[in-house]
Amino acid sequence: MDLVLQLLFTGIGIGAVYALVALGFVLIFRATNVVNFAQGEFSMVAAYLMVVFAVDLGWPYWLSFLIALGGMALLGVIFNLGVYYPLRHRTFLPVIIATIGASILLSNSVLAIYGPQPQVLQGWFDTPGIQLGPVYLDSQYLLIIAVTIALVFFNYWFFEKTLLGKKLQATSQDKEMASLLGISVSTMIMITFIYSAVLGGLAGILVAPVLFVSIQMGSTIALKAFAATIIGGFGDVAGAIIGGLALGVIETFGAAYISVPYKDGFAFLVLVAFLIFRPQGIFGERVAEKA
Amino acid sequence: MSAPSDNVPIPAPAVRSKPLVIRHLPYFIGAAILVALAAGLRFDGYILNILLQATTFSIAVFGLSVVLGLCGQINLAQAAFFGLGAYAVGIGTTDLHLSFWLCLVGGCAIALLAGAFLGMSTLRLGGHYLAMVTISFQQIVTLVMINAIWLTRGPDGVPNIRRPELFQTSQSYLAFCVAMLAIVGYLVWHLSDTKLGRAMRAVRDNELAAGVNGIDVFRTKIYAFALCALLGGLAGGLFAGGFAYVSPDQFSFAESIVFLTMSLLGGVASPIGSAIGTGLLILIPEWLRFLKSVPGLYLAIYGLFVILIIRFMPDGIWGFVADAFNRWRAHTKAPPVAAALQLKPATVGGEYVLEVTGLSKHFGGLKAVDGVDIAVRRGGVHALIGPNGSGKTTTLNVLSGLYEATSGKIVLDGTDITHMPPHQRTAAGLGRTFQNIRLFRSMTALENVEIGAERPGNTMIGKGEDALTERAMEALNFVGLGNRANELISSFSYGHQRLIEIARALAANPTLLLLDEPAAGLNSTEKLELHELLKRIAAQGLTILIIDHDMTLVSEAAQHITVLNFGRRIADGESMAVLRHPDVVSAYLGSE
Repeated sequence: MDLVLQLLFTGIGIGAVYALVALGFVLIFRATNVVNFAQGEFSMVAAYLMVVFAVDLGWPYWLSFLIALGGMALLGVIFNLGVYYPLRHRTFLPVIIATIGASILLSNSVLAIYGPQPQVLQGWFDTPGIQLGPVYLDSQYLLIIAVTIALVFFNYWFFEKTLLGKKLQATSQDKEMASLLGISVSTMIMITFIYSAVLGGLAGILVAPVLFVSIQMGSTIALKAFAATIIGGFGDVAGAIIGGLALGVIETFGAAYISVPYKDGFAFLVLVAFLIFRPQGIFGERVAEKA
Repeated sequence: MSAPSDNVPIPAPAVRSKPLVIRHLPYFIGAAILVALAAGLRFDGYILNILLQATTFSIAVFGLSVVLGLCGQINLAQAAFFGLGAYAVGIGTTDLHLSFWLCLVGGCAIALLAGAFLGMSTLRLGGHYLAMVTISFQQIVTLVMINAIWLTRGPDGVPNIRRPELFQTSQSYLAFCVAMLAIVGYLVWHLSDTKLGRAMRAVRDNELAAGVNGIDVFRTKIYAFALCALLGGLAGGLFAGGFAYVSPDQFSFAESIVFLTMSLLGGVASPIGSAIGTGLLILIPEWLRFLKSVPGLYLAIYGLFVILIIRFMPDGIWGFVADAFNRWRAHTKAPPVAAALQLKPATVGGEYVLEVTGLSKHFGGLKAVDGVDIAVRRGGVHALIGPNGSGKTTTLNVLSGLYEATSGKIVLDGTDITHMPPHQRTAAGLGRTFQNIRLFRSMTALENVEIGAERPGNTMIGKGEDALTERAMEALNFVGLGNRANELISSFSYGHQRLIEIARALAANPTLLLLDEPAAGLNSTEKLELHELLKRIAAQGLTILIIDHDMTLVSEAAQHITVLNFGRRIADGESMAVLRHPDVVSAYLGSE
């Protein structure tokens, strides 16, 4: 029973990371109807930025953190201008392929610069964790869970209560109508890319001390996050979060009770099971285009 | 009606019906020369390896030209399918001591089954699912190759893979691979002009239109995907025999991306482009060896290539060349001559062609269509009218199967079609056009109409490609566009595109034709022509159900009108009486 509680805590912690990246997926998908296959690389790049500033240069953690997030915002801008924006009037297939190209470009550029050895990044706190009864709560996992909860509330407040959030929602639901109402659609899409790059970066920085900082971390996280969005119901914010948490828990238990080397395969099995038996996910995808 | 085909000069059809084998003879001669060169020339080991790699990779990339180029579906796991074939030959000929041929066929079968399974689980959904699922599958295959040491020998790989007795020397094995390349290349090249290939292109261009033209969209995608996987498996098996050693890193996700880049660079739509792209991307890294000294650098450049190609050269190198060539050739190719179109709508049922009873379609709480009855009499023109938002187009979409009915029953010519998918309704005799034109935009007018003519159950076409072309030409002549049959859709005006859509539906010889606002966006001359066309269609006994806002057109063309408002039927009957009905007048003009 103690082990179960411990695994549940770890699973939720890792699931929270998937949920954060999944959130970035969903935001871009809703704004542009495009799945950004470089979303995971945002996390990877941010983690490497942290390694550069906090480890290599030895700058304060909080300062490195701010610089890394600033760098992600910049990457969001470049990504939008270089990859998405020129293709915005094409069908989704070229855009998907371009984001895949971007993902390959980002991960291999980092590989070329930093080499294949995984890097280590310290956690935010000096205390490794606290013992709560039978369960050991790792401080980094606690931080991840806390940030995820905070972001869920922030997202709700931002999209439902602020004018900018409402404009973003309007753009994602009907671009033509939004532009007729005087909303600058291209600005809104730009903001979406910046926000989701920062969100992805945040997830990468948070998870880096738990995993190693490696070239593969981006694609691994992205796959899980994508599986999470399908499990939750494509395009649904609450679904992405629930799906991410569920996947983290399933995976952690699978690794503990079934097989460690195939840990990364469980997400795929759950994904295929959902695709076959409940493709609309827990909360349901929105209706597809019709005549 | 006399058959104008009597007047056709004899040589014209004779040229067309020359056997395929003779028309394509130059290809086989060229291929035979290449095989002879591969067998005869003396290459040193380095060149031989590069040629072997280019040959086997090309076959795998052909697979992508089918799934991505023809069918518009993505596959990011081609290296995994390649690996399945390679490991089948690797493990089979070493640990299991089986014959090479058996292992090659077995590897193809395994790849095919894996591809079909992935396709069946994912292809009903949007393309982004397929991209992610194939990436996941790729990761799983790599995990198994590395970790299932009892089977795959893990990261060490499988050495000493055997070749068939017949091709023991590297040179003869290369000749064998080139021959395989030529055969597979021929099949893939020819595929796009077969029924299956046309269906794939139709699915790529417009899934909804493909469905209502009788194409089983889901099955077509699975065929494309499974075929791609099969070619991957075949290529992998040949690769394993050629290099005698396989290890997991040769079949990683990075290799899938390399395959994708090869396909995009050369031109995704054609096997020639695939071969060009493959050759270039094998040779370039050999020339620029310093790129390989920094891990990641050449893949980073591939990634950049992908973005740039998609942005600036979406059809690849070969697409660019072929496009220029086609523009030059298009004027020299005259459309074939054809007879007058015959419509012989099936007449198995009773007095009514379409009987709709209690039809409802609810979206959540919104009752878009609510208990509507429609009975369309055989041989007449029946109009469905109503103000904006009254549920007309929703009704049409439920009739053609794009929406599932919430309740009610639809009987077409005696067949209950209520629960059929769109392509089966089309097979049962339903034809339709769309309010916002849905043609296959990368194809010619003739090819569009051919897809319509290929409707399963069309009794008006004979066997073979020539009969199909003739039927399509008849339909295009019927709408007055026969002389422009070989032009691409994009060169036609809006009004002409509508006519092509009608021709596509007519070529299928439907029992009932649904026209969704055919007059929308037409000018007054075009509207008159449309009216004439409808008369000529009706004169041949084809039943029409038309939706339109143009009251002049509706009142002149239709004998019977059904009026909807807020999803309910408010009037039904003979045209003039219905248009004077007080409820109809108030629905359109408002009441005092």
